[in-house]
Amino acid sequence: MSEVILKVNDLKTYFNTDDGIVKAVDGVSFELEKGEMLGIVGESGSGKSVTNLSLMKLIPSPPGKIMSGTAMLDGVDIFKMNDNEIRKLRGNRIGMIFQDPMTSLNPFLRISTQMIETIMLHQDKDKSAARARAVEMLEMVGIPNPSKRINDYPHQFSGGMRQRVMIAMALSCDPEILIADEPTSALDVTIQAQIIEVMQELCRKLNTAVIMITHDLGVVAGICDKVCVMYAGRIVEKGSNDEIFKDPKHPYTQGLIKSVPRLDRPSKGRLYSIEGQPPNVIDLPECCPFHPRCEKAMDKCRNTYPPLKVFGKGREVSCWLYEGEK
Amino acid sequence: MADNILLQVRNLKMHFPIEEGILLRKKVGAIRAIDGIDLDIEKGETLGLVGESGCGKSTTARCIAQLHKPTGGEVLFQGKDLCKATGSELLSARMGIQMIFQDPYASLNPRMTAGNIIAEPMVIYRERKMLDISKKEITSRVEDLMEKVGLSKHFKNRYPHEFSGGQRQRIGVARALSLNPKLILADEPVSALDVSIQSQILNLLDDLQKEFDLTFLFIAHDLAVIQHISTRVAVMYLGRIVEISTAEELYKKPLHPYTEALMSAVPIPDPDIERNRKRIILTGDVPSPDKERFGCYFYDRCPKRMEKCKSSIPQLKVMEGKHQVACFLH
Ligand SMILES: Nc1ncnc2c1ncn2[C@@H]1O[C@H](COP(=O)(O)OP(=O)(O)OP(=O)(O)O)[C@@H](O)[C@H]1O
Ligand SMILES: Nc1ncnc2c1ncn2[C@@H]1O[C@H](COP(=O)(O)OP(=O)(O)OP(=O)(O)O)[C@@H](O)[C@H]1O
Ligand SMILES: [Mg+2]
Ligand SMILES: [Mg+2]
Repeated sequence: MSEVILKVNDLKTYFNTDDGIVKAVDGVSFELEKGEMLGIVGESGSGKSVTNLSLMKLIPSPPGKIMSGTAMLDGVDIFKMNDNEIRKLRGNRIGMIFQDPMTSLNPFLRISTQMIETIMLHQDKDKSAARARAVEMLEMVGIPNPSKRINDYPHQFSGGMRQRVMIAMALSCDPEILIADEPTSALDVTIQAQIIEVMQELCRKLNTAVIMITHDLGVVAGICDKVCVMYAGRIVEKGSNDEIFKDPKHPYTQGLIKSVPRLDRPSKGRLYSIEGQPPNVIDLPECCPFHPRCEKAMDKCRNTYPPLKVFGKGREVSCWLYEGEK
Repeated sequence: MADNILLQVRNLKMHFPIEEGILLRKKVGAIRAIDGIDLDIEKGETLGLVGESGCGKSTTARCIAQLHKPTGGEVLFQGKDLCKATGSELLSARMGIQMIFQDPYASLNPRMTAGNIIAEPMVIYRERKMLDISKKEITSRVEDLMEKVGLSKHFKNRYPHEFSGGQRQRIGVARALSLNPKLILADEPVSALDVSIQSQILNLLDDLQKEFDLTFLFIAHDLAVIQHISTRVAVMYLGRIVEISTAEELYKKPLHPYTEALMSAVPIPDPDIERNRKRIILTGDVPSPDKERFGCYFYDRCPKRMEKCKSSIPQLKVMEGKHQVACFLH
């Protein structure tokens, strides 16, 4: 049996803005098992980053607030932890990589200083042991000549190399969970392929569970075990990688998969496209937020949010189309 | 120049000077952003231009439009070398070439209304007496253009921040169309957009191309997007074109080792295919274009490099059909 290490239940994170209350995340639940890769996909503004920042309690407050929900990590609720406990959690049990490595690396400090500091903060190691560990991690992520390059400043590294440093740092304390928020979106495809390979290999070796946030369906198809599709602050569909790509149930997921041009399938002529735009998550009425763009919308969809339909373990859809099905 | 060719680029170079010194600026070197490019764009086609960040795609487009004065080579548009054209000659040639940019947020003037943004090129050419059009005609043309790109004309008086990313890109497209151009240089026009909005804009460009008989140079780093929209694709590396062919051919039978690696690195949204794919993982990063090269520009990263590649530069060679490649393997 695989073991659940993180169980998020009914997470709601709202922001108080001048225009009204932004329901950035509005009732998100999912489970993460040991060593697996979970993909979270969805359009810009659908709440992917806010979901994961909430898990690390990194939501700026005000204006943001975690309104409800639990996030059980080995039986302990992250949201009930005090500041000290949270600080220990970050970087130690949960590592994080962001899209832009420059925002998380200090440009004025050598890579060595930053890595050694992180390792010593979380692990019981003296300076030289921490340094050895840092060099070892850099080597693992494929930085050439790591014992020398570790003394460089971040700007002396290319974008791809900086992202490798981030991976090395995030994994240096053997976290159980790695949250990667668009780790390759700013990189070129050939560099993306390098980074993904490194991440996949390392996480498998260290048995780290990964939450991979991305808008690139191709990346998800290549590496994830399970996928959550988000729309307007909620997860609208969940399933294994194969289920999501071969048998998407939610009209949004179906549309999303159909609208991506594919390199292996020459598609001349018109692309499938989902008309309209993603909704504003302020003052959303109690309806399916996708209904104005949905080809299969029914009256019900305009009035009530669809209930969760469970098709089996880890296979869930929120759509009125499946109401009567078993 | 053959009849069916709209634009011809010959040995185009753009070397940006690297300068040092505070009072007396001295040139100490050059960024060879593009370093000898040959391209033909046929009437009515979409030529895709792909390559990694910094390889010179935007610089190529900017040099064609003469937003940068190229440091060498020729850009022949309808028989005229734009690099030598000056003043009003250049202005009138430029009416036929318009650009669409990546960032719909940064490329529109935030203090102008959508209507004025779209009208601006017409207004400028009218003031210079190069376009015979009345103010009333401009207004009605703006409304027509807005409808054409899928924006309600009632949004004419709104400002850019009141539009979504996709809508802003539509404003950019309408503006580019306002002078009835022959050639549109689209620099990453969908890269900043979500998948669902991206397909809307790609369809729009496709429709407009048919309706107005447009020719496109389409820049993107997403190969799947490029393959979908392009008739032919040119692959760029470090300021040079390494291969040109149809998109399908490049995917099925890439000839240049760089194209091969690039194609294999693109993720495909299909778990079965992904499980069975072999990636060619290139080592290292794209080198900086700040030094002169005497061998193949891809030499440092090429998995198939030979002795010869170190000391001489392969030129584009025509293979079967319209396939061209610059590599000593062929
Ligand atoms: N500090 C904040 N104040 C107000 N609203 C916020 C704040 N941070 C996020 N939001 C809003 O929360 C919603 C979800 O944002 P989030 O960053 O999670 O989206 P995302 O799915 O990660 O999108 P992207 O793909 O663009 O990164 C958006 O509508 C966003 O505007
Ligand atoms: N005005 C300039 N002055 C000096 N160097 C420049 C200038 N514009 C571009 N460059 C350099 O020329 C090279 C090519 O840049 P360019 O913007 O054309 O690349 P690109 O292929 O469009 O990349 P991207 O995919 O990131 O947009 C880069 O090394 C860049 O730093
Ligand atoms: Mg985000
Ligand atoms: Mg560019």
